[in-house]
Amino acid sequence: MEDHLQNLYEVLSKVDGYVYPNEIELNWSILIVLYPYITGLVAGAFILASLERIFKVKILKPTYGIALLTAFSFMLVATMPLVSHLGKPQRAYEIMITPHSSSAMAIFGFVYLWYLMVVLFLELWFDYRRDMVIWANETTGFKRFMYKVLSLGTTDISPKAVALDDKIGYIITVIGVPSAFLLHGYVGFIFGSIKANPWWSTVLMPVIFLFSAMVSGIALVMLVYIVLTKIRKQLIDMDCLDTIAKYLFYILLIDFALEGLDQIHRIYVAEESFEALHKLVFGKLFYSLFIFQGLLGTIVPILTLGTLQFYKPRPVIRKTIYTILGGLVLMGIFFMRWNVVIGGQLFSKSFYGYTSFKTSLIGIEGYGMAIIWLIVPFLILSFLLWLLPPWKKIETSHD
Amino acid sequence: MKEDTAKLSRRNFLKEGTILATGVAAAAALPAYDGLLFAAEAPGAKGKWYGIGIDINKCIGCGKCANACKEENNVPKDPFYFRSWVEQYTIKKDGEILVESPNGGINGFKQSVPDADIYKSFFVPKMCNHCAKSPCTQVCPVGATFETDEGIVLVDPNYCIGCRYCVQACPYGCRYIHPEKGTVDKCTLCFHRLKQGYQPACFEICPTEARVFGDLNDPGSKLNYFLKNHNCMVIKPHLNTGSKLNYNALTPEVR
Repeated sequence: MEDHLQNLYEVLSKVDGYVYPNEIELNWSILIVLYPYITGLVAGAFILASLERIFKVKILKPTYGIALLTAFSFMLVATMPLVSHLGKPQRAYEIMITPHSSSAMAIFGFVYLWYLMVVLFLELWFDYRRDMVIWANETTGFKRFMYKVLSLGTTDISPKAVALDDKIGYIITVIGVPSAFLLHGYVGFIFGSIKANPWWSTVLMPVIFLFSAMVSGIALVMLVYIVLTKIRKQLIDMDCLDTIAKYLFYILLIDFALEGLDQIHRIYVAEESFEALHKLVFGKLFYSLFIFQGLLGTIVPILTLGTLQFYKPRPVIRKTIYTILGGLVLMGIFFMRWNVVIGGQLFSKSFYGYTSFKTSLIGIEGYGMAIIWLIVPFLILSFLLWLLPPWKKIETSHD
Repeated sequence: MKEDTAKLSRRNFLKEGTILATGVAAAAALPAYDGLLFAAEAPGAKGKWYGIGIDINKCIGCGKCANACKEENNVPKDPFYFRSWVEQYTIKKDGEILVESPNGGINGFKQSVPDADIYKSFFVPKMCNHCAKSPCTQVCPVGATFETDEGIVLVDPNYCIGCRYCVQACPYGCRYIHPEKGTVDKCTLCFHRLKQGYQPACFEICPTEARVFGDLNDPGSKLNYFLKNHNCMVIKPHLNTGSKLNYNALTPEVR
């Protein structure tokens, strides 16, 4: 409490121009930057998995299981930054029990549960059921116990039963693609529908969020795949990696075009807020917007990936480039979320001034907490990859 | 042929003229505040429906309203939490606009611009607009924020989860998270005083009667008299929030 007030007095001394007194404090901090970032990774990873399953891009087969498990691991954590940011976290359940029908945020709990339970959980379950039954017989101890519990006592692995699993899994994926679109488009709507804030209030926000989600999810799965094959000392499937990179390139281009369109529109119509926002992007957001998000996170990856579509250096060089680009893209999308969430609160709704963002390493809203919520999904993923290794599954054709 | 056209025109003129006259008469019979409120329409209920008027020409920037609000409602004293505050606008001769509100105006104002450089200067008291289509109520995920039948926007602190979405949605910066309670806090139009027949604290203390408060449903109320006799406007009318805080002498630089 004392620290919080001390922080605010420090921010007060740095206010540039005039902001409404209640605007000195930034209400949504680093944890709310993480929320769209993590849900974006989930949606993107799932869409990559669906490319193999529904759109029959068979070359992506090695990443199908990894993409699903990645999406699931991050989805389990997606609400944690949100809940820990609430003033009254113990009342979080109210959003599910008494949702307010006109609130964009109220539907989040349902969209989230639908996606986590119906789509991701069921898809994984049907995908792994036969393998879990087999593994339960081959293993002992904790693993055996887990497989027994997770397969819910089913033992039928006849070709007919497996074919049914596959069919249901396919239907769930078909439902899952629009659900993934819904999940992240909806997160964009939470921001885009705030008419009081001209930095957020654009009809393009859900679409921009969706495409940036795909970009980040694809980059994450690509990196996880590279790291996993390295750890398992396996030879990486370069055709698969090249194809992922190709999709990353296309989606990145669309994302860049959409964001460009948004900015061009803002500049051209130059509404009441224009001068205030202009000063914001060339001032407090300069590095995070132009350097981290724009140059390093978007332009450099687009140019490099574009070049790689025509010129193909040796696999080992390509793999190194993909690793670097994956990291850059993930950083770029993080700063995209940062620029939306934090940037949207730095200027006053009076358009007469700017406040600043200050947070510490420790505390429930500090950087430390944010780092924890970024590490936890990887721990969950490691556990899931150990328990349900996609490379040990019996080949299913998914046809 | 020509005569026919003339007849037709005359008939049309009479017809259109009658429609127009009826329209004007009907419009004149409507309560005067309808046009002023920017689509803030009274709900069907016959009871009280509160609105606010502030006369910028009368405000002297003493800041007593902001202080009275903090005292009456136990608003934290730190300069980041306000239900009611006063802004000083200074338009310089070179066109530059300077807005200040040190500690919400509670300790009064000092003019930092030399008199010779000032084109004009005035004070604008700010508070919740108690919008009829309030964006803060719309976004609350649990319905902890609501509009009463009397047109007052309130928060149930025992229900608020502290998600801060409403703070983001308020275009006027009228909400804050209470640092100790963890829930949102805002102007209640001193609901507890209203229920006892008193005026809100900021209205009662104003030494120049710059603030007018009353029932928009009562044609004889002080507020309706104020609205009829002044050239009133709301802040940010383009956002269509149905604001019920009407300012006399509001100029475009006030945001």
